[in-house]
Parts: sequence; structure tokens; C-alpha cells
Amino acid sequence: MTGLLYALASLGAFALLAGLILAIAQKAFHVEGDPMVDKIDALLPQTQCGQCGYPGCKPYATAVAGGEAEVNHCVPGGERTMLQIADLMGVEPKAVEEEAAAPRLAFVREDECIGCTLCIKACPVDAIIGAPKQYHTVIADHCTGCELCVEPCPVDCIDMLTKPELLEHWSWPLPDTKRSQIAHERREQHAGHA
Amino acid sequence: MPATLRKLAQRLGMMAHSFPGGVHPEQHKVSGAAAIEVNELAPVHILPMKQHIGEACSSLVSIGEHVLRGQKIAKSEGYVSVPIHAPTSGRVVKIEAHPIAHPSGMGMPSIFIESDGDDAVDQTLEPISDWQNSDPAMLRERARMCGLAGLGGAVFPTFIKLVRDQRFPIETVILNGIECEPWLTSDHRLMTEFASEILTGMRMIKHMVGATAGLIAIEDNKPEAVAAMREAVSATDDLNDVRVVELPTRYPQGSEKQLIYTLTGREVPAGKLPMHVGIICQNVGTTKALYDAIALGKPLTERVVTVSGDALPRPANLMARIGTPARLLFARQGLEDFSGLQIVHGGPMMGERLKGPDIPVVKSTNGLLALSASAMAAAHTVEQPCIRCGHCSEACPISLVPNLLADQCRADQFDKAADYQLFDCIECGCCSYVCPSNIPLVHYFRYGKGQIALMRREQAFAEASRRRSESRDARIAREKAEKAARRSRVRKTHAPKTDAPAPAAAGNDSAADTKTEEDR
Ligand code: SF4
Ligand code: SF4
Ligand code: SF4
Ligand code: SF4
Repeated sequence: MTGLLYALASLGAFALLAGLILAIAQKAFHVEGDPMVDKIDALLPQTQCGQCGYPGCKPYATAVAGGEAEVNHCVPGGERTMLQIADLMGVEPKAVEEEAAAPRLAFVREDECIGCTLCIKACPVDAIIGAPKQYHTVIADHCTGCELCVEPCPVDCIDMLTKPELLEHWSWPLPDTKRSQIAHERREQHAGHA
Repeated sequence: MPATLRKLAQRLGMMAHSFPGGVHPEQHKVSGAAAIEVNELAPVHILPMKQHIGEACSSLVSIGEHVLRGQKIAKSEGYVSVPIHAPTSGRVVKIEAHPIAHPSGMGMPSIFIESDGDDAVDQTLEPISDWQNSDPAMLRERARMCGLAGLGGAVFPTFIKLVRDQRFPIETVILNGIECEPWLTSDHRLMTEFASEILTGMRMIKHMVGATAGLIAIEDNKPEAVAAMREAVSATDDLNDVRVVELPTRYPQGSEKQLIYTLTGREVPAGKLPMHVGIICQNVGTTKALYDAIALGKPLTERVVTVSGDALPRPANLMARIGTPARLLFARQGLEDFSGLQIVHGGPMMGERLKGPDIPVVKSTNGLLALSASAMAAAHTVEQPCIRCGHCSEACPISLVPNLLADQCRADQFDKAADYQLFDCIECGCCSYVCPSNIPLVHYFRYGKGQIALMRREQAFAEASRRRSESRDARIAREKAEKAARRSRVRKTHAPKTDAPAPAAAGNDSAADTKTEEDR
């Protein structure tokens, strides 16, 4: 009998101690904000284009983390981003509806620009420079190709160009052998249905 | 020497150091006995704007301009870059994209120079005969101005290595005369015919980096080169600490890190340079070019190219001007019909397989090969399943596990491949060479590395975009807050009198607005 009491008492004491440690740990290692939102945000292409129906990548990440949005709405991210988010959230992948366009780049036809600054205000990543009444120009290395500057321009002087392919950015394709093709097809099927 | 024997020898202390793995492909050094011949001037020379590892150059000449041999025609942009010089005198006829030795088959902007036949030389660079008493920094600048880049094939700008850095004192200069790729003999001939120039070049390097010892490494399949270099060393007095080392032939012994380990037992850690372990390694061709640049005041405008292959009637070693079309070199040696042949730029193990012979000789062109289909073993199209024989791991000089890495790359498991040190792979091709299942292992690794690089680039761009968008949001919020604060101030000061804002305050407001516009 006393043996049983001892066992109960010591187990109880241990449980209390463990609870205390957990409580302290929760206070000490408390994280501000929702870590899931940041994790999803880190997977998004940060184009801030709004094609997902949200005003930017962070809002979309918040919606996905909160279970309000599906994982397949980011257009520029394409299938890879969708798979990564689904993997992170532990949910079923969903087919991406819209094909992403080839990477593009805004270009201001400078002699037509009237310097109204409207495109500057529209660009979510500050990729356009220029002062009022001076012609504006796009910093090619900063432009994400989101097209948000095209609409506001009152004189329609912004073109979207295809990004030039660079020799330095060329990369090797998969070897052209039967086995590599089979492996690749299998992988794509997997991504498609799962 | 088979791997087991070598390991045994190492264990018994008979061989000091030896890198793991390696293979013994057939040598095919058919042009080894052919003395270097000077190739004739081409009617048009084609100079791609980037012939080294690093930043591309920008053109200094305009169409129609007359240039002299050795005149700088493109200047370096950025630190890791060296200028390009006109290979002969003549007129710039056009500047446009031209195919280069690149697996993509994409072109590169190139300067086309039509020779005038005079071969008149630009004499602005003075020879430096008293280099022993010259400032190392000045000699280093000379190496940069003359456009020197590693002529062994890697074309890393030479001047970057030729540095005296207090934190990393250099003890040993290693001259790389290994030339372990099959077919190639350009370094072999250079050492045989220009031994004393190469040796003087080595003394220049020793002076520039402050090294005391020197090693000249040559494989034992080039006895004439070993003899010539030994003779040159013994003919020079002040060289007690320079040795010619003859190494048993093994591929990829000429790879920098493998060679350094074999000679000194020092391992260059991943991501570090030889200078971090007190060593500088230069190819013998580069060393000869350094001699020309300093002692003769000649920028890099020519190099030795081995033109060879089983489909070529007369294999040879040609001193060719940079920019000479490869087609002309093949034609000179009796090959004009390229149908059914594989043209290779460099050696067969690591070189680029080309779609055709329409590329110019560049600084990295150590060889141009014309191989028949049988020599190339077209077997790579019938990739078989891996039988886990382990030959590839045994052959890998970096001790990687190629079959595993290939599986990961094939399945796009790039994180795992990176964990298994994919980026340590030097793409030497030993694994593909030994694989009985004909798995194009190196090709998988190149695919994997390319995909990882692409993802990293995209990630970095996304990260930068996020920062830009966040700072924009923060700025907009700040401006809003400032405006609100101003408004409430205005209201407070003017509330008792009138509702309309005072003219002075309005002036302030617009001034602040202009400022934020400028801030952008
Ligand atoms: S579609 Fe994608 S890139 Fe565009 S805002 Fe939405 S999450 Fe960002
Ligand atoms: S410049 Fe235009 S297309 Fe480029 S990021 Fe800004 S708004 Fe988007
Ligand atoms: S190519 Fe890479 S994996 Fe294959 S043997 Fe060479 S270093 Fe090793
Ligand atoms: S050599 Fe080829 S078959 Fe053998 S283990 Fe390596 S990859 Fe597999």
C-alpha cells in the first residue's frame, strides 16, 4: 500500500515539475507574430503583383496560414511554390490554375514620359526612379515584372518586355536519356495527382 | 597504379601523399613529338568580350577603327576581369554576337578584326628587364594590363593570385605542367621548347608573392619536358629551392587541389584558395605568358593550341593568335568535312562538345579535337540502371558518392544533393568514365548545380524585393504619420482664430512633399 502511495506521490511531483518547466519555457521562448505566416511568405516570389487576389505576398501568406485561402493562388510562383506551401502546411497539393508568364520587365519610353510620378506610386518595390516633370526610368535589376505600373500611366509609355536570356544564367537541362525522362514524368504525375 | 596498390603503398609510407580515386584514360598524345608551328594570320579574328572567369569586358573600339597588335580593345569591368587585346593589326569591321565554346550554343558579343597583313605592333608597353628590383604591385598591374588569365583552361584572372597578403604568406610556387587530359600536348611542347622562359616566369612569380620554394610538376609521360625543365633549372644559379617533380600519370592530377595535395600533403578546404594554405599554383602556359608580359612587354594575344583527334589527318601544336577561327586551324591540318564528327573544345574529359567548328580560339583554348563517333562512345544515350558496383565512388577524387548524387539530382532532391556535397564535385568526369551502366553522372551533377543556382538566385531576388517593398510600406506609413502630426499641429495653433490653414504652414507642407519625391 505504502509502495503505491510513494509511486503516486513521486509521479505526481514529477508531473508538477514538468508542467512548471513547460510553463516557463513557453514564456521564455514566446515568438511574436505567427511563424507560419513568415514561413509561407518566405516561399512566395515577392512580386507583390496581387494576382492571388490579395494586395501582396504577405497578405496572401496570412490568408493561407489562417486557412482562408487555398495554396494554389500565387501565379508567378507556379507549381513549385504551390508544392512547397502544401508541403509546409501538410495539406493536399492543388493544381495551379494559371500558367505563369515568362519573366518580364517594365521599360519606360523616356521621350514620351511626362514625369507624372504615377508609376512610381504604383510600383510596390520602388523599382522606378524619377522626379516630377522629369522622365522616369525602371531599374531593370529591381523590377519584378508585376505590371502594376502599366495601368496608371496616363500616356501609355510603359512597355512590358521579355527579360533577355543571359549566358551566365543558362543552366544544363536534364540528360536526354530514357531513364531521366521516365523519372521526370513519374515525378510530374505525382505532383499532378497528389 | 591500381587503387588498392596505391593505398597499400601509402600505408607503407612509400608514397607521401596521393589524392583518392582517379582514372587512367587512354593517352592519345599523338601530337607529343610535333614541334610548335606558328599558325598564319587569319583574314578575320573574332574576339568574344569575355574570355575569363568573372565579369565581361566592354568594348573600347568603334567600327571602322584601325587597331595595332597588342592594343587594348576591350576593358575590364569589375575586379575579377582582365582586358582583351587586338591579336594583329587591322580594322574593326563589326561588333556582334558570335558562337563561343559554351554548352548552351548561345552567342556572345564579339569584336571582329580584319587583318591588314602588316601585323604592326603597339609598342606602348615597355619591357621590364630589371624585374628583380621592381615593385611586386607594379608587376602585378602589368599582369592585369596584359590580360593574363589561367591558360590551363580555367582562365581565372592571373593577377588576382599574384598577391602578397600578410595574413597568408606564400611559401611555395607550384608550376602545373601535368596536362592530364588525353590528346592535349600544348603544355608538353611549351615546356620542351620554352623551358628557360618558363623558369624565368617562375622566378618572377616567386619575387611577386615572396615565396622561397618552387615545384615544377610534370607527369612521367612527358620525359622530354622533364629533361628540358631539369636542364633549365640546373643552368640557373640562384635556384637552390626549385625542384622538378615527376609524377606517375593519373587523371585528374592536373586539377589544382589534387595536385597541391599530392605534392605537399596540404588540403585546400572547400571554398578556400591555395593561397590560404601558403601555395600559389600556375599553369606553365600562363607562366610563359607572364614572362612575355613582363620581360617583353607583350600582352596576351597568342597561345599554343593542340589540334588533334582521331579524325584529324595531321595532329599538331599551333601557336595561334587569339581570335583565330577554329575552322581554319582544322583546315590547315587537313580536315574540312566535319559531318559525323564530334568537335571538342579542350580535352575529352572536361572540354565542351561543340555543335560545329565555328568558334574562335580564346584564352582558354588549350585544344581543339575532332573525334569520330566511335572514339566518343555514343553509349550515353543508353543509360542503364545503376548496379551499385561502387566504381564511381572509387574513382572520385573528392570521395563523393556519385551514384547517390545522381539519383538525387534525377529526382530533383536538390537539398539532399547539396547536403551530400554536390558543390564539391569538380566535374572531372571520372565517375561517368568508369560507370559500366553508362550513366551520364556528370551531366546530372551539372543539371543539379544549375537548378540549385537558379533557385538561389530566385530566392535572393525575392528576398531583395521583399525588403524593398517593406521599406516602401514603412516609408508610406511614416509619411502618413508625419502629415497627420503636422495637421494636428496646424489645427492646434490656428484653432482659436480660423479654420483655414496658414499660408506659412501650407508652404512647409509642399516643401516636405518635394523632399519625399526626391527621397525616392
Ligand atoms: S500572386 Fe504571388 S507574387 Fe503576386 S502578390 Fe500574390 S503571392 Fe505575391
Ligand atoms: S517597374 Fe512596374 S513592372 Fe516593374 S516592379 Fe515596378 S510596378 Fe512592377
Ligand atoms: S565528376 Fe564529380 S562526382 Fe564524378 S568523379 Fe569527378 S568529382 Fe567525383
Ligand atoms: S559506377 Fe555506375 S553502376 Fe556503378 S555504382 Fe556508380 S553509378 Fe552505379
